[in-house]
Amino acid sequence: MNTQPGIQAALANVTSAGPVLLAILPEATRFSLRINSGNLAAASKALGLSLPTTIGTRAASGTRSALCHGPDEWEILASEDDRADIEAAFAAIYLKAPHSLTDISDREITIVIEGDKAVELLSVGCPINLDRLAVGNGKRTVFDSAQVVIYRDARDSFRMQVWRSFLAHVWGLLNIANCELAAGY
Amino acid sequence: MLLIHCPYCDETLPEPEFAYAGEAHIDRPADPQQLSDEEWRDFLFIRTNAKGPHYERWRHINGCARFFNAVRDTVSDKFLTTYKAGEARPDLAKLLEGQK
Ligand SMILES: [Zn+2]
Repeated sequence: MNTQPGIQAALANVTSAGPVLLAILPEATRFSLRINSGNLAAASKALGLSLPTTIGTRAASGTRSALCHGPDEWEILASEDDRADIEAAFAAIYLKAPHSLTDISDREITIVIEGDKAVELLSVGCPINLDRLAVGNGKRTVFDSAQVVIYRDARDSFRMQVWRSFLAHVWGLLNIANCELAAGY
Repeated sequence: MLLIHCPYCDETLPEPEFAYAGEAHIDRPADPQQLSDEEWRDFLFIRTNAKGPHYERWRHINGCARFFNAVRDTVSDKFLTTYKAGEARPDLAKLLEGQK
Protein backbone atom coordinates (compact mmCIF):
# COMPACT_ATOMS: atom_id res chain seq x y z
CA MET A 1 0.00 0.00 0.00
CA ASN A 2 1.37 3.36 -0.95
CA THR A 3 1.12 5.94 1.79
CA GLN A 4 2.75 8.90 0.06
CA PRO A 5 0.59 12.02 0.51
CA GLY A 6 -1.63 12.89 -2.41
CA ILE A 7 -1.32 9.52 -4.05
CA GLN A 8 -4.34 7.92 -2.44
CA ALA A 9 -6.46 10.82 -3.62
CA ALA A 10 -5.15 10.44 -7.16
CA LEU A 11 -5.83 6.73 -7.18
CA ALA A 12 -9.21 6.83 -5.47
CA ASN A 13 -11.22 7.90 -8.50
CA VAL A 14 -9.72 5.59 -11.07
CA THR A 15 -9.73 1.85 -11.40
CA SER A 16 -7.85 0.15 -14.15
CA ALA A 17 -9.60 -2.48 -16.20
CA GLY A 18 -7.52 -2.97 -19.30
CA PRO A 19 -4.89 -5.15 -20.88
CA VAL A 20 -1.96 -3.16 -19.49
CA LEU A 21 -0.82 -3.52 -15.90
CA LEU A 22 -0.63 -0.12 -14.18
CA ALA A 23 0.80 0.20 -10.69
CA ILE A 24 2.50 2.77 -8.51
CA LEU A 25 5.84 1.86 -6.97
CA PRO A 26 6.96 2.81 -3.45
CA GLU A 27 9.30 5.79 -3.17
CA ALA A 28 12.74 5.18 -4.67
CA THR A 29 16.04 6.78 -3.70
CA ARG A 30 16.72 9.21 -6.50
CA PHE A 31 19.45 11.82 -6.95
CA SER A 32 20.09 14.46 -9.56
CA LEU A 33 23.83 14.79 -10.24
CA ARG A 34 25.26 17.81 -12.06
CA ILE A 35 28.98 17.70 -12.68
CA ASN A 36 31.48 18.91 -15.28
CA SER A 37 32.28 16.13 -17.74
CA GLY A 38 35.98 16.61 -16.92
CA ASN A 39 35.34 15.19 -13.46
CA LEU A 40 33.50 12.05 -14.53
CA ALA A 41 36.20 9.66 -13.39
CA ALA A 42 35.98 10.88 -9.78
CA ALA A 43 32.18 10.77 -9.85
CA SER A 44 32.13 7.27 -11.34
CA LYS A 45 34.46 6.08 -8.61
CA ALA A 46 32.31 7.66 -5.90
CA LEU A 47 29.16 6.05 -7.27
CA GLY A 48 30.76 2.69 -7.98
CA LEU A 49 29.82 2.53 -11.64
CA SER A 50 30.97 4.12 -14.86
CA LEU A 51 28.73 7.10 -15.66
CA PRO A 52 27.47 6.79 -19.25
CA THR A 53 28.14 9.79 -21.50
CA THR A 54 25.62 9.24 -24.29
CA ILE A 55 22.34 11.02 -23.51
CA GLY A 56 19.56 8.51 -22.87
CA THR A 57 21.84 5.61 -21.95
CA ARG A 58 21.98 3.99 -18.57
CA ALA A 59 24.55 2.04 -16.58
CA ALA A 60 23.76 -0.15 -13.61
CA SER A 61 25.73 -1.99 -10.97
CA GLY A 62 24.08 -3.85 -8.11
CA THR A 63 21.35 -1.69 -6.61
CA ARG A 64 22.60 1.51 -8.27
CA SER A 65 22.02 2.93 -11.73
CA ALA A 66 22.71 6.18 -13.55
CA LEU A 67 20.85 7.56 -16.56
CA CYS A 68 22.54 10.28 -18.61
CA HIS A 69 20.08 13.16 -19.10
CA GLY A 70 22.47 15.75 -20.56
CA PRO A 71 26.15 16.60 -21.09
CA ASP A 72 26.50 17.38 -17.36
CA GLU A 73 23.42 15.78 -15.84
CA TRP A 74 22.68 12.29 -14.53
CA GLU A 75 19.81 10.73 -12.63
CA ILE A 76 20.91 8.19 -10.05
CA LEU A 77 18.55 5.51 -8.74
CA ALA A 78 19.54 3.43 -5.74
CA SER A 79 18.13 1.44 -2.85
CA GLU A 80 17.18 3.14 0.38
CA ASP A 81 20.22 1.56 2.05
CA ASP A 82 22.57 3.24 -0.46
CA ARG A 83 21.44 6.78 0.24
CA ALA A 84 23.83 7.69 3.07
CA ASP A 85 26.79 5.93 1.39
CA ILE A 86 26.28 7.80 -1.88
CA GLU A 87 25.96 11.14 -0.12
CA ALA A 88 29.14 10.48 1.89
CA ALA A 89 31.13 9.30 -1.13
CA PHE A 90 30.24 12.41 -3.13
CA ALA A 91 30.86 14.73 -0.18
CA ALA A 92 34.38 13.25 0.01
CA ILE A 93 35.22 14.25 -3.59
CA TYR A 94 33.52 17.64 -3.47
CA LEU A 95 36.64 19.79 -3.17
CA LYS A 96 38.48 18.03 -6.00
CA ALA A 97 35.43 17.54 -8.21
CA PRO A 98 32.83 20.23 -7.50
CA HIS A 99 29.28 19.11 -8.25
CA SER A 100 25.70 19.24 -7.13
CA LEU A 101 24.09 16.07 -5.79
CA THR A 102 20.45 16.70 -4.95
CA ASP A 103 18.08 14.22 -3.33
CA ILE A 104 14.97 14.29 -5.55
CA SER A 105 13.41 11.07 -4.23
CA ASP A 106 10.24 12.81 -3.18
CA ARG A 107 9.80 14.86 -6.34
CA GLU A 108 8.45 12.17 -8.64
CA ILE A 109 6.13 9.18 -8.41
CA THR A 110 6.98 6.05 -10.39
CA ILE A 111 4.30 4.26 -12.41
CA VAL A 112 4.86 0.76 -13.79
CA ILE A 113 3.38 0.14 -17.24
CA GLU A 114 3.56 -3.48 -18.33
CA GLY A 115 2.00 -5.65 -21.00
CA ASP A 116 2.19 -6.27 -24.73
CA LYS A 117 0.13 -3.13 -25.36
CA ALA A 118 2.36 -0.94 -23.14
CA VAL A 119 3.90 1.01 -26.05
CA GLU A 120 0.47 1.58 -27.55
CA LEU A 121 -0.84 2.83 -24.21
CA LEU A 122 2.08 5.23 -23.74
CA SER A 123 1.59 6.60 -27.25
CA VAL A 124 -1.66 8.14 -26.02
CA GLY A 125 0.34 10.92 -24.37
CA CYS A 126 3.98 10.52 -25.40
CA PRO A 127 5.05 11.98 -28.78
CA ILE A 128 8.33 10.07 -29.19
CA ASN A 129 8.73 6.76 -30.98
CA LEU A 130 9.14 4.41 -28.03
CA ASP A 131 10.03 1.50 -30.31
CA ARG A 132 13.41 3.25 -30.66
CA LEU A 133 14.02 3.34 -26.90
CA ALA A 134 16.39 0.41 -26.30
CA VAL A 135 15.71 -1.97 -23.42
CA GLY A 136 17.74 -0.85 -20.40
CA ASN A 137 17.81 2.80 -21.45
CA GLY A 138 15.64 5.74 -20.46
CA LYS A 139 14.63 9.18 -21.62
CA ARG A 140 13.24 12.42 -20.33
CA THR A 141 10.27 13.46 -22.44
CA VAL A 142 6.63 14.57 -22.09
CA PHE A 143 3.37 12.74 -21.46
CA ASP A 144 0.37 14.87 -22.42
CA SER A 145 2.34 18.05 -21.55
CA ALA A 146 3.67 16.78 -18.20
CA GLN A 147 7.44 16.23 -18.06
CA VAL A 148 8.26 12.57 -17.37
CA VAL A 149 11.20 10.18 -17.40
CA ILE A 150 10.55 6.82 -19.05
CA TYR A 151 12.71 3.77 -18.37
CA ARG A 152 12.38 0.68 -20.53
CA ASP A 153 13.12 -2.40 -18.41
CA ALA A 154 12.00 -4.98 -20.98
CA ARG A 155 10.33 -4.92 -24.36
CA ASP A 156 6.90 -4.61 -22.75
CA SER A 157 7.82 -3.20 -19.36
CA PHE A 158 8.26 0.49 -18.62
CA ARG A 159 8.60 2.71 -15.58
CA MET A 160 7.44 6.29 -15.90
CA GLN A 161 8.39 8.91 -13.33
CA VAL A 162 5.97 11.79 -13.03
CA TRP A 163 6.33 14.95 -10.96
CA ARG A 164 3.88 14.40 -8.12
CA SER A 165 1.61 17.36 -8.89
CA PHE A 166 0.94 15.87 -12.35
CA LEU A 167 0.21 12.37 -11.05
CA ALA A 168 -3.58 12.65 -10.94
CA HIS A 169 -3.66 13.88 -14.55
CA VAL A 170 -1.23 11.28 -15.91
CA TRP A 171 -2.65 8.39 -13.90
CA GLY A 172 -6.18 9.29 -14.92
CA LEU A 173 -5.29 9.47 -18.61
CA LEU A 174 -3.40 6.15 -18.51
CA ASN A 175 -6.37 4.42 -16.93
CA ILE A 176 -8.91 5.89 -19.34
CA ALA A 177 -6.73 4.81 -22.27
CA ASN A 178 -6.37 1.36 -20.74
CA CYS A 179 -10.16 1.04 -20.59
CA GLU A 180 -10.34 2.13 -24.23
CA LEU A 181 -7.82 -0.56 -25.18
CA ALA A 182 -9.99 -3.11 -23.35
CA ALA A 183 -13.01 -1.89 -25.29
CA GLY A 184 -11.14 -2.43 -28.52
CA TYR A 185 -10.59 1.18 -29.61
CA MET B 1 4.20 17.61 -35.97
CA LEU B 2 7.39 19.66 -36.27
CA LEU B 3 10.50 17.53 -35.77
CA ILE B 4 13.63 19.20 -34.40
CA HIS B 5 17.17 17.84 -34.30
CA CYS B 6 18.85 18.35 -30.91
CA PRO B 7 22.62 18.72 -31.47
CA TYR B 8 23.35 17.45 -27.94
CA CYS B 9 21.10 14.37 -27.99
CA ASP B 10 21.89 13.89 -31.70
CA GLU B 11 18.31 12.83 -32.24
CA THR B 12 15.39 14.27 -34.17
CA LEU B 13 12.50 14.64 -31.75
CA PRO B 14 8.97 16.06 -31.64
CA GLU B 15 8.37 19.74 -30.93
CA PRO B 16 6.58 19.26 -27.55
CA GLU B 17 10.00 18.42 -26.08
CA PHE B 18 11.33 21.86 -27.11
CA ALA B 19 10.79 25.50 -26.21
CA TYR B 20 11.53 28.50 -28.42
CA ALA B 21 13.90 31.00 -26.83
CA GLY B 22 14.15 34.05 -29.11
CA GLU B 23 16.73 35.34 -31.57
CA ALA B 24 20.25 33.87 -31.40
CA HIS B 25 23.70 35.52 -31.37
CA ILE B 26 22.70 38.54 -29.32
CA ASP B 27 25.57 39.29 -26.95
CA ARG B 28 24.90 41.08 -23.72
CA PRO B 29 26.97 44.31 -23.75
CA ALA B 30 30.10 43.91 -21.62
CA ASP B 31 29.56 47.23 -19.86
CA PRO B 32 25.89 48.29 -19.93
CA GLN B 33 26.72 51.53 -18.07
CA GLN B 34 28.49 52.83 -21.16
CA LEU B 35 25.40 52.45 -23.35
CA SER B 36 22.96 55.17 -24.27
CA ASP B 37 19.27 54.58 -23.55
CA GLU B 38 18.72 53.91 -27.25
CA GLU B 39 21.50 51.32 -27.43
CA TRP B 40 20.17 49.58 -24.31
CA ARG B 41 16.65 49.60 -25.74
CA ASP B 42 17.96 48.04 -28.94
CA PHE B 43 19.75 45.31 -27.00
CA LEU B 44 16.68 44.49 -24.94
CA PHE B 45 13.86 44.77 -27.42
CA ILE B 46 14.80 45.34 -31.04
CA ARG B 47 14.99 42.11 -33.05
CA THR B 48 15.45 41.16 -36.69
CA ASN B 49 11.89 39.87 -37.19
CA ALA B 50 13.08 38.04 -40.30
CA LYS B 51 10.78 36.83 -43.01
CA GLY B 52 12.71 33.78 -44.16
CA PRO B 53 15.81 32.17 -42.56
CA HIS B 54 16.14 33.22 -38.93
CA TYR B 55 18.93 32.49 -36.45
CA GLU B 56 17.19 31.56 -33.23
CA ARG B 57 17.61 29.80 -29.90
CA TRP B 58 15.73 26.73 -28.82
CA ARG B 59 15.84 24.75 -25.61
CA HIS B 60 15.40 20.99 -25.34
CA ILE B 61 13.51 21.60 -22.13
CA ASN B 62 11.83 18.19 -21.90
CA GLY B 63 14.98 16.28 -22.81
CA CYS B 64 18.61 17.18 -22.20
CA ALA B 65 17.53 20.70 -21.11
CA ARG B 66 20.27 22.34 -23.25
CA PHE B 67 19.92 25.60 -25.14
CA PHE B 68 21.07 25.38 -28.76
CA ASN B 69 20.79 27.43 -31.94
CA ALA B 70 18.83 26.83 -35.12
CA VAL B 71 18.31 28.40 -38.51
CA ARG B 72 14.61 28.16 -39.32
CA ASP B 73 12.70 29.62 -42.23
CA THR B 74 9.92 31.65 -40.64
CA VAL B 75 7.78 31.32 -43.76
CA SER B 76 7.92 27.55 -44.30
CA ASP B 77 8.79 26.57 -40.67
CA LYS B 78 11.56 24.41 -42.13
CA PHE B 79 14.71 23.98 -40.03
CA LEU B 80 17.81 24.52 -42.19
CA THR B 81 20.14 23.38 -39.40
CA THR B 82 20.65 23.22 -35.65
CA TYR B 83 23.98 23.61 -33.84
CA LYS B 84 25.39 23.75 -30.32
CA ALA B 85 25.40 26.96 -28.29
CA GLY B 86 28.71 28.80 -28.64
CA GLU B 87 29.40 27.57 -32.18
CA ALA B 88 29.81 30.16 -34.93
CA ARG B 89 26.85 31.30 -36.99
CA PRO B 90 26.68 28.97 -40.02
CA ASP B 91 26.97 30.53 -43.47
CA LEU B 92 23.48 31.08 -44.87
CA ALA B 93 24.49 30.78 -48.54
CA LYS B 94 25.92 27.31 -47.89
CA LEU B 95 22.82 26.24 -45.96
CA LEU B 96 20.52 27.38 -48.74
CA GLU B 97 22.74 25.65 -51.30
CA GLY B 98 22.36 22.43 -49.30
CA GLN B 99 18.58 22.70 -49.51
CA LYS B 100 18.50 22.63 -53.31
ZN1 LIG C 1 18.69 17.35 -26.34
